[in-house]
Amino acid sequence: MRVHSLFAVRKELPQRANFALMLLSFLVPLGIWTAVSYVPFLWHPKVHIEVPGDLEYATVGMLIDRDTFAEERARLLAAGLEPPRGYRANPVYLPAPHEVARALVTAFQTEPRRSSEPWFHQSLWHSVTIIFWGFTLSSVAGVPLGILCGTYALFARLTEPVVEFIRYMPAPVFGALAVAILGIHDGPKIAIIVIGTLFQQVLVVANSTRRLDPALLEAAQTLGARNLTLVTTVVVPGVITRVYTDMRILLGWAWTYLIVAELIGTSTGITWFITQQARYKNYENVYAAIIIIGLIGLGTDLLLAWLGRRIFPWEPGQADSGLLAKWRQLLPGGRRLSPEPSSTSASIVQGS
Amino acid sequence: MATPLEQLPQSPQVRAHFEALAKREVVLRVEGLTKVFSSPQGETVALRDVSFVGHRRELLCVIGASGCGKSTLVRVLAGLEAPTSGSVRVGDEEVRGPGPDRGMVFQQYTLFPWLTVRQNIMFGLKRRGMAAGIADREARQWIDLVGLTAFQDAYPRQLSGGMQQRVAIARALANQPQVLLMDEPFSALDAQTRARLQRHLLEIWRNVNLTIVFITHDLDEATYLADRILVLRPHPGEVEALIEVPVPRPRSPEQFLSPEFLATKRVLEKLIYSDDESDEAEAPMLRLTRVGDEVF
Repeated sequence: MRVHSLFAVRKELPQRANFALMLLSFLVPLGIWTAVSYVPFLWHPKVHIEVPGDLEYATVGMLIDRDTFAEERARLLAAGLEPPRGYRANPVYLPAPHEVARALVTAFQTEPRRSSEPWFHQSLWHSVTIIFWGFTLSSVAGVPLGILCGTYALFARLTEPVVEFIRYMPAPVFGALAVAILGIHDGPKIAIIVIGTLFQQVLVVANSTRRLDPALLEAAQTLGARNLTLVTTVVVPGVITRVYTDMRILLGWAWTYLIVAELIGTSTGITWFITQQARYKNYENVYAAIIIIGLIGLGTDLLLAWLGRRIFPWEPGQADSGLLAKWRQLLPGGRRLSPEPSSTSASIVQGS
Repeated sequence: MATPLEQLPQSPQVRAHFEALAKREVVLRVEGLTKVFSSPQGETVALRDVSFVGHRRELLCVIGASGCGKSTLVRVLAGLEAPTSGSVRVGDEEVRGPGPDRGMVFQQYTLFPWLTVRQNIMFGLKRRGMAAGIADREARQWIDLVGLTAFQDAYPRQLSGGMQQRVAIARALANQPQVLLMDEPFSALDAQTRARLQRHLLEIWRNVNLTIVFITHDLDEATYLADRILVLRPHPGEVEALIEVPVPRPRSPEQFLSPEFLATKRVLEKLIYSDDESDEAEAPMLRLTRVGDEVF
């Protein structure tokens, strides 16, 4: 392969280059992490104490800065005392890949310290339910309102100015209010996600609705559709796929608000787990939790993309630019879209 | 008011055809139609005092240079734009908005992408409250008529442009309109497909009780299809002439070289292009080749 073909402006890459690059996008960060973790002379700014020797404050397993270690060692040697011994190590907040990999399993198996505290899977499930209710409530109001705003100037003028205004207020500032109104349990958390999502959602859905080709509306009118029928038979089906894609993007934003929401009132869910594990210095569990959030997010998006193709068979395949679409292109036979009429059969029919 | 009529020599057969046509009832009556667009920059007169009639089963082409208001005209006829003054009547009723009595085929593809070919054709039938089963059966007949039986369950994006426009025609016809408005429906297609669809349209029209108003900027297309051609003059859009096409029916592509066909085209050319050629002739030609490099 010629190098300049990799830099062709807005051209597809060869299949194999695509695959290699996708692997690389995961392998490069993983490789850097692995190298820093396992190659002793790369970074490793700490010393892990094995034998404290005559260093008064040192204990086995303690991490000391390399500079401090060298100074203390020199001082003790000069005084004729036994110097501490140890090996170079990374700070506690950078566990090695294998530790995180193990934590992906053990996090689920670790019993909570107090019987009143939830297991990891219970924390995760709690987070998922908060997201689900927050996003569902927001969508129930936001999608119809957005479609109305995109269809009728009346609703747009009435709603959008105030929505634009509120949307600039960061959702977390409503935290204290939400707790005062809705109590300390799940209510304010769901409210924060609703506030964070709803106002964006109205504007995004309204804009998607406005992108409907007006010629379709005119065609429908010449076929006898009018007023509300025009909305139900043309506007809604005409924008539904775009709105569906919007929802997938907005769901990602909802996860961002989750972390703030879970700190409000009593800390719960995945955020509680992460804070708690960080307090115990179980950083591998923290990384495991973060990775699992990423996996849940990606998994949901892939599932929704797959569902979308089932629900909306008229959409061209390449409209889907998510990771799954890329996967499907790479998998053998994955390029198969819905059947295109071949040019020969088309010309036969046209010749009739 | 009288419309200037450009008279071309007619054979007795053609003469008889137009006499019969004039005796048929008037389906479409346009009177003193004026359309002014107002904007903060000022007013634009798109159409001024346009009057004409369309008889039952007449194929009327509207032609003119770009900016002559022919698209505005068809949109007013469809009811998508309200006239500033004047009136449009279909049968006995004045047009006050879009409606299924005037089918329309647009220049751009306007099939509903989320519906299959058959569902697209059923769209208008369902709006009329027809039961799904009957609508389905009717839709199949129209699909057969435009020759797309094999594609009735395909989505529009799976069809070529020509096939999409056939479905659009079938979709408009399924409503059994009195008038079919066609706004440059074939102009986005390649030459072969366009020729095929023109032939196809004439065939369909022969079998359907339908008055067609066909907008085009293509002289061949207008001469090939039309009974009469309404020529519009731009800035503002006004009727320049109304031409009775002396080419006998049934039409065929061989007639493109017949004397009547060529005479009609010559008249159209003179009417449409005579005004704007003068300013081009004055412009000096810039020479970008070397001396001794002549190609002729």
